[in-house]
Amino acid sequence: MAAGKEHYVGMPQLDPEFMGTQVFWLVVALIVIYFLLAKVAMPRIESILAERHGAIQRDLDQAAELKLRAEEAEKSYQQALAEARSEAQRIAAETKAEIGKELETALAKADAEIAAQSTESEARIAEVRASAVDSIKTVAGDVAADIVKAILPSAADAKAVASAVASKMKG
Amino acid sequence: MATGTEEASGGFNIHPMDQFVIKPLFGGEHLHWYTVTNQTLWLFLTIVVIGLLMVVSIRGRAMVPTRMQSVAEVIYGFVHKMVRDIAGEEGLKYFPYIFTLFMFILVANVIGLLPRSFTSTSHIAVTGVLAMAVFIFVTVLGFVKHGLGFLKLFWISSAPMALRPILLIIEVISYFVRPVSHSIRLAGNMMAGHAVIKVFAGFAGAMGIGAIAPIVAIMAVYGLEMLVVCIQAYVFTILTCVYLNDALHPGH
Repeated sequence: MAAGKEHYVGMPQLDPEFMGTQVFWLVVALIVIYFLLAKVAMPRIESILAERHGAIQRDLDQAAELKLRAEEAEKSYQQALAEARSEAQRIAAETKAEIGKELETALAKADAEIAAQSTESEARIAEVRASAVDSIKTVAGDVAADIVKAILPSAADAKAVASAVASKMKG
Repeated sequence: MATGTEEASGGFNIHPMDQFVIKPLFGGEHLHWYTVTNQTLWLFLTIVVIGLLMVVSIRGRAMVPTRMQSVAEVIYGFVHKMVRDIAGEEGLKYFPYIFTLFMFILVANVIGLLPRSFTSTSHIAVTGVLAMAVFIFVTVLGFVKHGLGFLKLFWISSAPMALRPILLIIEVISYFVRPVSHSIRLAGNMMAGHAVIKVFAGFAGAMGIGAIAPIVAIMAVYGLEMLVVCIQAYVFTILTCVYLNDALHPGH
């Protein structure tokens, strides 16, 4: 076509004059783009994506493993805690039983001592009482004999007074 | 050959088709098949942009991608997923060809939207070559993979027997119309959008300083065109995948 100020009439798309050069250069461009993409760009992008995918997978695996380990640690911690707790309970129960036993023996001992002391006391009291009764008998006999002697000296008979006092004290 | 003066194109001083004219870049009267033209320049720029986008951007090979690298990765992943979803795992063997098509159409369309640029994909000769390449490739692939079994594509066994001959005719016609619609859809969209922008630009030029409406219209159409160029690249590629799927699995 002529260059210059003239304008095209109709559609340049349908002009067969333009077709040859277009097809030729298009095919050249497509071949260049194909090699640029298929031989250079795409393998690189593929490797980048695969690498990233691998890295993410690796990180995820690592995270899962760490999580597993943390769970295990928690489990063993809980176990140790439970063990410690049961041990503490056992020790507490043992101590309690020991203390109870000691207390019982101490109580029994104390009871026995108290019982022994009270029987002794009772014996002494009985003794004291018996001796008191004897003294009273003597004092009462003496007093009665003195009284009888003072009132009626002829009737002074120590034996009769003693038997009279004894019969009085019984009654 | 078909050139005229300003009077020949009507009263308006608008020539929306001039942007599609192919001119020799280094002078000369005649276009030979090897002549370096303005289209050659823009094809070269297409290659340069693809190189920047897909090769230079990923040279860092970063584990955490830079902005441009993630653009390249997203485009790659987008087409990869499209091919696998539509043509299946066997289709991935042809992924490099489809990716080449997609990148060429997308980049040629987008840089064709630059002011004063030349849009290679607005020419039916260009899109026709692309569509015929797809058509011949897919047809040959179908016969190589399935032999005469590829013809089952036209003989729809799931339809009632009485309908099958009619469907056969329809399917055969639609099969041979594919490259036509495939190429004209792309070239027509590109040409129409650019011509409309040019017409509004002509109005703006004619109205001079008060040309608010045409300028707003240009902005609106330009925005629409940004959408259209990407969608047309997508449509061309997805149809290629569909045809590839037909060749790989002709039994419907």
